[in-house]
Amino acid sequence: MQRILLLALVVILIGGLLAGCGQDQPSNQEGQNDGAKQGEKQDEILSGTITIAGSTSVQPLSEELRKVFEEKHPDVTIYVQGGGSSAGVKAAANGTADIGAASRKLKESEKEYGLTVITIARDGIAIAVHPSNPVEGMSLEEVRKVYTGEITNWKQLGGKDAPIEVVTREEGSGTRGAFEELVMEDSKITDNAIVQPSNGAVRTTVASSENAIGFISVGFLNDEVKGLKIDGVEPTAENIVAGKYPLFRPFNYLVKGEPKGIVKAYIDFVLSEEGQKIVAKDYIPVK
Amino acid sequence: MDKKLIEQKIAVFLLGACIAITFFLLIAVIGHILQKGLGQISVEFLLEEPRDMGREGGIFPTIVGTIYLVVISLIISVPIGVLSAIYLTEYTRKGPILKAIRFATESLAGIPSIIFGLFGFTFFVIFLKLGWSVLSGSLTLAFMMLPTIVRASEEAIKSVPDAYRLGSFALGATKWQTIRKVVLPTALPGIITGIILGIGRAVGETAPVILTMGSALRIPWTIMQPARTMSVHLYILASEGISMEKAYGTATVLIIVVIFINFLANFVMRKMISV
Amino acid sequence: MNNLNRLIERCIKNVLFFCAAISIFVVLLITVFVCIEGFPIIKKYGLLNFILGRKWYPLDGVFGIFPMIIGSIYVTCGALLFGVPLGVGCAIFLAEIVPKKIAKILRPGIELLAGIPSVVYGFYGLVVIVPLIKKYFGGSGFSVLAASVILTVMILPTIVNISEDAIRAVPAEYKEGSLALGATHWQTIKRVILPTARSGIMTAIVLGMGRAIGETMAVILVTGNVAKIPGSFLDPVRTLTSNIAIEMPYSAGEHTQALFATGIVLFVLIMFLNMMSTFTRSLRKGDKLSG
Repeated sequence: MQRILLLALVVILIGGLLAGCGQDQPSNQEGQNDGAKQGEKQDEILSGTITIAGSTSVQPLSEELRKVFEEKHPDVTIYVQGGGSSAGVKAAANGTADIGAASRKLKESEKEYGLTVITIARDGIAIAVHPSNPVEGMSLEEVRKVYTGEITNWKQLGGKDAPIEVVTREEGSGTRGAFEELVMEDSKITDNAIVQPSNGAVRTTVASSENAIGFISVGFLNDEVKGLKIDGVEPTAENIVAGKYPLFRPFNYLVKGEPKGIVKAYIDFVLSEEGQKIVAKDYIPVK
Repeated sequence: MDKKLIEQKIAVFLLGACIAITFFLLIAVIGHILQKGLGQISVEFLLEEPRDMGREGGIFPTIVGTIYLVVISLIISVPIGVLSAIYLTEYTRKGPILKAIRFATESLAGIPSIIFGLFGFTFFVIFLKLGWSVLSGSLTLAFMMLPTIVRASEEAIKSVPDAYRLGSFALGATKWQTIRKVVLPTALPGIITGIILGIGRAVGETAPVILTMGSALRIPWTIMQPARTMSVHLYILASEGISMEKAYGTATVLIIVVIFINFLANFVMRKMISV
Repeated sequence: MNNLNRLIERCIKNVLFFCAAISIFVVLLITVFVCIEGFPIIKKYGLLNFILGRKWYPLDGVFGIFPMIIGSIYVTCGALLFGVPLGVGCAIFLAEIVPKKIAKILRPGIELLAGIPSVVYGFYGLVVIVPLIKKYFGGSGFSVLAASVILTVMILPTIVNISEDAIRAVPAEYKEGSLALGATHWQTIKRVILPTARSGIMTAIVLGMGRAIGETMAVILVTGNVAKIPGSFLDPVRTLTSNIAIEMPYSAGEHTQALFATGIVLFVLIMFLNMMSTFTRSLRKGDKLSG
């Protein structure tokens, strides 16, 4: 009996210790406010850490932006990781990340988390196929039918006589969410589609398979895959800005509550002229 | 020829084929990866920071991340594991408590790593607000390593001859003094073997580590910062198609580390038998 | 002096007990946590609907994990199909055919197979096995077959190790008696040694199953993660473990609960297998010699 009490006591102590430990974490929002006060006092010397997590579409852009920001403010460390847009929303909502990155608009159910949405760029969704695929373009309707499983063979689209290997993203993907909203409307993606957990993984799968088709961020297009023309329009930034290419979605940074301290400084940088110039290299600035 | 003898010869041949196939598989896997990856390994690869999300540069932060994770996990699991083993072998009589602890340790060993990841993510990262950090990862991994260390330590301590203990008591030492000065030093090689095997397991885990340590590609300076291990780096490089060359290189480093760990464990074990 | 020593001894005993009890604490914590998080959804959705439901649309509140259960079972059975004959064959070879010295050299090689991280195996599967299957069998290459091949290699060391122990544990008199009666070595193995070692070999198989069902990384990279009951060995599939790993980072609310519930199912499966292995291990005592 005595032992059980001793056991329980130490367990409670350790639990309390660990919980207390957690609150001292510098990259929490509370810690951020201290950093903000420090930042204001010391003029422009910002220090602290920022964690950005979420969309794999936004990830390369975040990496570019943070590189420049860290050069200006060497005492700030920014951690960037993927996981998908919904993971980013979740991480921002529960405080695991300071900034959640999402490549889609917020869903209805997510609006109650109290997140501030800051659009930092716009990006297109490309429909990618293997470079050797003779098909050059499709209509939006045809894309939808391929993804519902109505069209199953490339020859139905003027290509080879071969079954279409449909590749999609995991359900939490922002790219998938945007794709579903823009292309699928109310239909469901066929459950025969191979599921890959990131833009890079989809691109790799399509690049290694002559009969595959997949949707990826336009920023991820390279010479390993070919981006199809949709309704005759090529997936380029110019065409998106001109409103000709139909598939595009916002890149959003999500912050719980109002951005403060170094998080605010970073976001201000991203929205500044210098930051938007970096965006414009591969994506579309928010003007 | 006798039917029995024909059957005998065929049987031996097939059994030999089993071993041959097994070793063929071993060589196929290791050989393929080493062949494509050894060329990647250089001082720069090991000491440089990665650029362009890992497409170029080296894997230094992941090596640091791996070492950091292993060290902190050991700091947590070795004392608990060894002390548990001491209790189980030296201090209890058979009874319900012993059975319960043993059942618990065996159960821990059987829980799939993804459930540890599930638990670690929800409990350490989110609930205790430790965030993606070396600490979250180490706590999770420490409990995964615990059964291995407890088991190996138990075996080692059990195999210390009673004569040593009795001799020590005869000289007037207390139980704890005996354990500290006689039993533990003798059991040390076995315990170290267990620790080395535990390290091998920690280095190889991926899913629980991504969920609790995150995947940020930076050198972690404190245990509250996120980090990426080599296993996680390999997974991300491979699944996202960032760079197959770097993936092969990372896999090669992992294999070399594992071979080294195995070799070390065997070496220490052989030393134990000779003692 | 003596009293101080006794106090220290008692303190130490308590500290040691506490350390040992941490195992209990952690197992309880994990089990309770997973159950608490997962139970509500099972209660709300219905256990049968959850386990037998064929559609998994988590964002629409549809949580049927039957395809994943089948997926896990298929890849495990595939692994056993290849792994058991290979593994037991190796075990016989090491224990009976080959002189001890050579066995000593061969064994570390098999143990090395056990040490290689599962993500390395998954990587190998992705770059070699999947394209191979695609080339010779068509389809995308992401398949039950790919996962089974990789899992075979991963469970081989477990099966070889434990089977070998079981075979070695057969009393020498059995073997000598059989040989004295004029049986060949192989006949002895087939009719005397293997049946006697049966319980140990079954234990090895059950533990191998446990390892295969719990595997995550190697499987994610090569199965295509399609939440649908596979029609053939060449179809893509999703396992229970992959389901959790892929969706955990972003799940929310009921979705998260459903993943914990998947964890409960996994837990139950593995605990069942563990109990089976304890059972098969206990069969050894009092085992009769079969004719």
